[in-house]
Amino acid sequence: MITPDHITATEPDIQQQRRSAEDVRKDFPILSRQVHGKPLVYLDSTASSQKPASVIEAMTHYYQHYNANVHRGVYELSEEATAGVERARVKVARFIHARRSKQIIFTRNTSESINLVAYTWGQANIHAGDLLVLTEMEHHSNLVPWQLLAQRTGARLEFVPVSDDGLLRLDIYEQLLQQQPKLVAFTHMSNALGTINPAQEMIAQAHAVGAITLVDAAQSVPHLPVDVQALDADFLCFSGHKMLGPTGIGVLYGKRALLEAMPPFMGGGDMIRTVKLRESTWNDLPWKFEAGTPAIAEAIGLGKAVEYLQALGMDNVLQHEREITAYALAQLQAIPGLTIYGPMAINQRGGVISFTLSDIHPHDLASILDQEVGVAIRAGHHCAQPLMDRYGLSATARASFYVYTIKEDIDTLVQGLHKAQQIFSL
Amino acid sequence: MSMDYYREYILDHYRNPRNYGTLERPDVHSEDANPLCGDQLSMDLVLEGDRVTAVRFQGRGCAISQAAASMLSEMIEGKCIEEVVQLGKDDVLDELGIPISPARTKCAFLSLRVLHRGLALAGLEKPQDEDEEE
Repeated sequence: MITPDHITATEPDIQQQRRSAEDVRKDFPILSRQVHGKPLVYLDSTASSQKPASVIEAMTHYYQHYNANVHRGVYELSEEATAGVERARVKVARFIHARRSKQIIFTRNTSESINLVAYTWGQANIHAGDLLVLTEMEHHSNLVPWQLLAQRTGARLEFVPVSDDGLLRLDIYEQLLQQQPKLVAFTHMSNALGTINPAQEMIAQAHAVGAITLVDAAQSVPHLPVDVQALDADFLCFSGHKMLGPTGIGVLYGKRALLEAMPPFMGGGDMIRTVKLRESTWNDLPWKFEAGTPAIAEAIGLGKAVEYLQALGMDNVLQHEREITAYALAQLQAIPGLTIYGPMAINQRGGVISFTLSDIHPHDLASILDQEVGVAIRAGHHCAQPLMDRYGLSATARASFYVYTIKEDIDTLVQGLHKAQQIFSL
Repeated sequence: MSMDYYREYILDHYRNPRNYGTLERPDVHSEDANPLCGDQLSMDLVLEGDRVTAVRFQGRGCAISQAAASMLSEMIEGKCIEEVVQLGKDDVLDELGIPISPARTKCAFLSLRVLHRGLALAGLEKPQDEDEEE
């Protein structure tokens, strides 16, 4: 049975004092800029987060002081750059409680991490007629790679439906598991609805029928304490740029035995042990999956972002976002004609609120918010078209929150929504 | 400075779209969607000789895309096909009379794209290169 509170709280190593969001904001240079003559109110961290100065400086410092390729040179600069990347790997491993840092594969982003698994593990293990179970609330990045795999292999896809209030139909999930899927892939937290899925229970249930599990953690790792060992996830994927780090770097975590058994993804430099003209042997984990010169500055930046989040304390991050989300839900619900999609219970959702306002098109809302009050929100299908179809929508407006979001940001959003209503004379 | 986008005449076209609907047995028909925001639009034209005697569009979308479609339909009606073929982005922008940011150009030009695709399908003009940067 799945408990209503889906978030597994982990004991922080040290009980950190919680910094106020007002104080945290001082670390983010971009938040002092203006947009259309108004102070920027950034409510699109689900698409990409802003970066603290420490991350930006760490990347600049690399370029200015020890820029060199990694795993090659025997000279000082290269050794420093290599150490920078490998230290970042260790930081990421500790952050998600991976047993070993070799289980952390650096990719470009969550999409590449999922594609890596779909191509390598998928090609080796999925055959015609095999079942892959996904959900209706997946981002396209956790949908299209499996569609491609199914097309290549003749595998079948089934989907866990979403209830009207934005939760997975776990009763149907249990029925689908009876068909013994080879793989279950689902999002830990929906980027479109904010729903936090009961990952630990879903993984245990999948394992009970012998399925391998992949968790799209692009939205959960930045916002909740995530412990891959407690979850018992086989694969878990996330992106650097949504967690205060740079773009161009993502992570694939995998269980060691699975990663060891998988064929390589891309061929090239760094991923090989020996190369002959007609055959090669592969490097050890994690480099077997990291062909070519990696995103060095980006890895270093991600390591710094992890450090920053750890200093805040992920329990504090979660607590702050719950408070902001509760406040935002209450404020938005008070607006006549505003409809919120997704669960309303604060322990079943993260800091992402999808909504529509009467019949104002979300794109018009986003334009008005941008120009009138300097608020940046997302408008569109959020790369989750099947989910939009399920609700009979072509688009929603989406406001999302992070460590630097303050109540005043929500107030400005609400003020902008009232302006939109005036403009459209509602 | 208040909203440039949402001037009264634009909202008027949005709320009361001209030539809204479909035509039976159109000589020109086309439809398309804007993948960015899911806007959908169809356009039907009936010709008599080389003149457009009736035009209808139908769709759902933001105020910019729907107002632009409504205005474009007014520009087309009664014109001869040689003139319609010549209609371009500048004509739509002139009619909208507002600066369109790069993120919204696809909304503003959706109906124009649908029109030219329909004309090409009907063999009234050469297919246009739709990959062109806007």
